Amino acid sequence: MIRLKQSLMDAVRASWLYVLVLATMLFLVLPTLIVIPMSLSDARYLSFPPKSLSFEPFFSYFASLEWRSATAVSLITATLTMVLATTLGTAAAYSLHVTQSRLSGVLRGLLMAPMIVPTIFIAIGLFFVYARMDMNNTIPGLVLAHTLLALPYVVINVSAGLRSYDMTQEQAACILGATRLRAFFDVTLPQIRFSVIAAAMFAFAISLDEAVISLFISGGDSSTLTKRMFSSLRSEIDPLIAVVATLMTLLSITMLCISIMAQRKAKRAAA
Amino acid sequence: MSVVELHALNARELQRAERRHRWYLFGSGLPALLLVLLTFVLPIGWLFWLSLFDANGQLTIENYTRLLEPIYVLTFVQTFKISIIVTIACVLIGYPYAYFMIKGARWLANLAMGLLLVSLWTSLLVRTYAWLIILQRRGIANDLLMSLGLTDAPLALVHNLTGTVIGMVHIMLPFMILPLYAAMKSIDPIYNQAAAAFGASPSRAFRDVFLPLSLPGLAAGATLVFVITLGFYVTPALLGGGKVQMISMRIESDVSMYANWGAASSLGVVLLLTTLLMLFIVKKGAGLGRRSE
Repeated sequence: MIRLKQSLMDAVRASWLYVLVLATMLFLVLPTLIVIPMSLSDARYLSFPPKSLSFEPFFSYFASLEWRSATAVSLITATLTMVLATTLGTAAAYSLHVTQSRLSGVLRGLLMAPMIVPTIFIAIGLFFVYARMDMNNTIPGLVLAHTLLALPYVVINVSAGLRSYDMTQEQAACILGATRLRAFFDVTLPQIRFSVIAAAMFAFAISLDEAVISLFISGGDSSTLTKRMFSSLRSEIDPLIAVVATLMTLLSITMLCISIMAQRKAKRAAA
Repeated sequence: MSVVELHALNARELQRAERRHRWYLFGSGLPALLLVLLTFVLPIGWLFWLSLFDANGQLTIENYTRLLEPIYVLTFVQTFKISIIVTIACVLIGYPYAYFMIKGARWLANLAMGLLLVSLWTSLLVRTYAWLIILQRRGIANDLLMSLGLTDAPLALVHNLTGTVIGMVHIMLPFMILPLYAAMKSIDPIYNQAAAAFGASPSRAFRDVFLPLSLPGLAAGATLVFVITLGFYVTPALLGGGKVQMISMRIESDVSMYANWGAASSLGVVLLLTTLLMLFIVKKGAGLGRRSE
């Protein structure tokens, strides 16, 4: 009897957990799901569920010069950030992996610091410094700033890959006459490539999503998508935002899938 | 040259080569270091300078004494209030979720992780925009509340503190759940089995064994959420509708509306130091906890 009561209580407790978790799942994913039907509604104001469905907003998005140029700026910046952050971050992670000096401790600290410093503080500082270097409203300025934010994630990902890689293979290549550089590119890099790919996806996503720094240091023709969205959401809401949001969401989910597959392969390669 | 001398020479040369090699390896981190110096150390350093020296290069604490004015104090109080509410909500929602990802049915646990990642990877602005739609006066949140009979008239759920907190909890949840999940995953189930073998009920085993072991992860997640929320800008700026003032928004308006760099910098410095202090306290606390075990 006591046993029965016990297991009944367990069941009640477990079902509570289920209800709570299912509600949280819905809470987590609802905002992502809602933008897609929103983008297909031909309404001048925000409404959900949409009254009629059409592809009209997509056509007006592609017809809008402003949104098209913002999209181009964001995609170019994200691509360049991905290349720069992955290259510099992989080199830095390698350096941190093979040297253990006080200096490399400082390097690690500096590389990770942007993660904990409030972005708004970095943003106004960059705005101030860029003003003196004529780098505000330029794509190179954006790329450098976004690379700063992406570097910690690249270093963390690549470091994890290096930790599960057997360094003696690189030494073996060196003994057989390869230069250290050659050994890295021919032996090490192919084996940590999935960690590097995952890192690259992070870098791209971080740049595409970055809003605070872009708000300050981009403008005019070099406005990013996030800057345009922010300004629009703050004042009069442009119905095309739903289209932008949908396209961005589809892109981020694609990148998430690539990064998950890459991380899974990295884990399998390590095992 | 004797053999001994040759050996010494050889050793010296090897050491030198070794040192050169080490510098060369360290050098692969240099481009990243340069970038961090240019886009991070220089701007932050400059802001520290601006907060401490006036236009004539005279040392001044005016920028810091100004922060004691009621308007700034209120902003600090509101920022802390929001951060505390968001952190508590994330703990309450995140703990069961992380627990479920460890103990729940396999496929549901995988789904839980998948949805968490989808949410994390969805652009922050997109999610904030979605909350504007969901929480608006005639949005689905109000529709749901009214059809459930919880309220007769639509509630003001957005452009105020409520909307800000809902949006921020949503954005911060992954930062709570992921460290917690990692900590819970490293708890060996054998402890719970041992507790059960000695006659502990499941709830007792949870309370006396699992919960204490998961506390470091909980502390890590809560700190992360608290610290990020302190400096948050985009979501409160959009969902607060001007009624919510956080430090970050004050910094923004000091720069873009008043061009008052001294005020903005001192606010930023205080925000940064508060963040570092929080991280330091938690690290110290975690260190003490470990020692007492």
